[in-house]
Amino acid sequence: MNLNYTPEQDAFRQEVRQFLNDKLPDDIREQVQKRLRMPKSTTERWQKILFDQGWGASNWPTEHGGTGWDAVQQLIFEEECAMAGAPRQLDFGLRMVAPVIMTFGNEEQKQRFLPGILSGEEWWCQGYSEPGAGSDLASLRTSAVRDGDHYVVNGQKTWTTLGQHAEWIFCLVRTSTEGKPQEGISFLLIHMDDPGISVRPIIMLDGEHEINEVYFDNVRVPVANLVGKENQGWTYAKFLLGHERTGLANVGQSKSMMARLKAAAREERDGERPLMENPRFRDRLAQLDMELQALDLTVLRILTDAKGPGPAASILKIRGTELGQNLYELLMEATGHDAMAHLPEALDADYNGPRPGSENATIAAGEYFNMRKLTIFGGSNEIQRGIISKLVLGL
Amino acid sequence: MDFTLTEEQQMLQDSLRRFVDNEYNFDKRSEIIATGKGLDKGTWSALAEMGLLAFTFPEDYDGLGGNAVDTMVVMECFGRGLLVEPYLATVVLAGGLIRDAGSDAQKAALLPAIASGEKLMALAHHEPGNRYNLNRVNTEAKPSNGGYVLNGRKTAVIHGGQADQLIISARTSGSAGDASGQSLFLVDAGASGLTINDFATHDGQRTADLVLENVQVPENALVGPLDQAAPLIEKAFDLGIAAICAEAVGAMEALNATTLAYSKERKQFGVPIAKFQVLQHRMADMFMAAEQARTMAILAATNADSDDREQRRRAISSAKALIGQYARELGQSAVQIHGGMGVTEEMFCSHLFKRLTLINLQFGNSDYHLEQVSNLLLAETA
Repeated sequence: MNLNYTPEQDAFRQEVRQFLNDKLPDDIREQVQKRLRMPKSTTERWQKILFDQGWGASNWPTEHGGTGWDAVQQLIFEEECAMAGAPRQLDFGLRMVAPVIMTFGNEEQKQRFLPGILSGEEWWCQGYSEPGAGSDLASLRTSAVRDGDHYVVNGQKTWTTLGQHAEWIFCLVRTSTEGKPQEGISFLLIHMDDPGISVRPIIMLDGEHEINEVYFDNVRVPVANLVGKENQGWTYAKFLLGHERTGLANVGQSKSMMARLKAAAREERDGERPLMENPRFRDRLAQLDMELQALDLTVLRILTDAKGPGPAASILKIRGTELGQNLYELLMEATGHDAMAHLPEALDADYNGPRPGSENATIAAGEYFNMRKLTIFGGSNEIQRGIISKLVLGL
Repeated sequence: MDFTLTEEQQMLQDSLRRFVDNEYNFDKRSEIIATGKGLDKGTWSALAEMGLLAFTFPEDYDGLGGNAVDTMVVMECFGRGLLVEPYLATVVLAGGLIRDAGSDAQKAALLPAIASGEKLMALAHHEPGNRYNLNRVNTEAKPSNGGYVLNGRKTAVIHGGQADQLIISARTSGSAGDASGQSLFLVDAGASGLTINDFATHDGQRTADLVLENVQVPENALVGPLDQAAPLIEKAFDLGIAAICAEAVGAMEALNATTLAYSKERKQFGVPIAKFQVLQHRMADMFMAAEQARTMAILAATNADSDDREQRRRAISSAKALIGQYARELGQSAVQIHGGMGVTEEMFCSHLFKRLTLINLQFGNSDYHLEQVSNLLLAETA
């Protein structure tokens, strides 16, 4: 047993840190660290910088232009990026659809789609959930009916994050109503500009627009955009959800958030003393600090397990999302009643009007509200506990 | 022991519930918030006509002589429909202070004007960086031109931007942290040297920050005794805390009702999600939280008018600490059970959740009031 990183891993961390120090633009760093509203161009610029470095896809094998890094290197990279204030890369392309295309797609699809994801020139969104199919994803009803060389798609998807920006959507569609619901699902790639697609924004409880509803009205999709085999989409979806769950631990983000919280505790005033000297607040901070350490090491323990993560990855999703929520809640409490004001205009970098309290106060309650999504999406935490009960405990 | 409402209170509750349910629906509320004005004139007039703006004022000043339990009944109904009107600021906080500490002339000038709905008021006490401790007053008032001149900053002034007149606390002696040396002053919203920054809040209400630069007020602007306002300020906020505790109870029960209804409608895996035991137990916990909250809101209301400082402190802080915790658990559960719908602004659920969250941040969060109760334990003798 030895919980230290190897000298090679330490050297790798230094290399990443140096790169971030040299190449991460200040305006991007500021947007991310202050959690301001981010234009599409921020993510595009950053992906281009990573791409030029050869680091566009930390989770891909080298044959497709990825870094070929192992799981620990990937974690170190994510952690350093988060701590430095780099924007999150786009999971929908890089971590969700790309592994599916690499594993189950044909050669043509790999050639057509992977380069655009890697360079960040083509954005993807996810067409999984429907109004009637959330936790019970297999009950989805959006239909794809074969008509010559095309599928004709009809239905509705929802909670489509970044749907307003994406060029492509990867969709689970129903190609058969026979047998079990899971057996009639296919995995289809659809261009968002295709005739018959419309996107309606959903405003979240923090007043911001990041999710959408996507409607399909007789959308004609070439059969060439089917990934793998017809009616095998559920297998690919489960493969993808496994990838998503590991990523949802979000330790890098939580570490960066913890650093921000500690800084806030030193900066926010509690009368004559910094808030950090308020023992009741400090205990709550210490509690989260301990839980973060437990999660961090649990992630490393699970990821370095030779047997692979398996259903235990659900632990990471549950604990990671709960911790993420608790960190934002504590930031909100750190700023106290200053967090009550709702200043959407102050989420833009050029805002210089009045605000109650600190910049932390401006974002704290909105982020707390927004982060309620963490325990709901990607398979709600109730579903994850069900997975542990069933697949780990054998109940 | 008697936990029942009087016949009059019962009637008040019935008519106010009808008013909120029929006249203040979700769409109407959204429209009022979108105006950015912080209140709806029609609603405010209706509340005045119902006598609500004067309920707790003495009969000599157009009031009905009501107490904090009456305020509890009103605020619970407001919580149920999430009214955003400046009742707390004008009637409970500022109106309560004038009633309890104002001179006869001040009462005569202000209480009937509040009662009729023509005057809005606010209480400006908290200051930037001073969090919740009520004695941390740095704003200064110095004798000048036969009156006083005020300098300093105020924050978290609920509906301060809508008020015609504000009651502003300032230090007339001593230093920040001292209980003694605080005084209260009436200041017109348009006073020279007073800057009011009006902000929306996440729960659809309004808050303001004030900057006071050489704001001159006359001698008769003083409310209550010079240097000895601290007990008055504490009591005013205790009445405010009791009021928002009751509002929380109304919001919690509305949230439980909407969550229960949603869980019966929403089907997954072929059954209503209400059939899942994990959600049933969660809703049972939510029910218990609301019941306990109701008890604590009653405890707060029945003690809020008391002049026994220690007994009042224990009741009010216990209520605020626990209701903050219950509201948090209940609110988070409600959003979780609503799933994706719970994180959209389309559902009443998310608005109830936001108000409950802000109630915990207002007038001292759970941690702050836990500390108050904890300090009382330290002072107990064996």
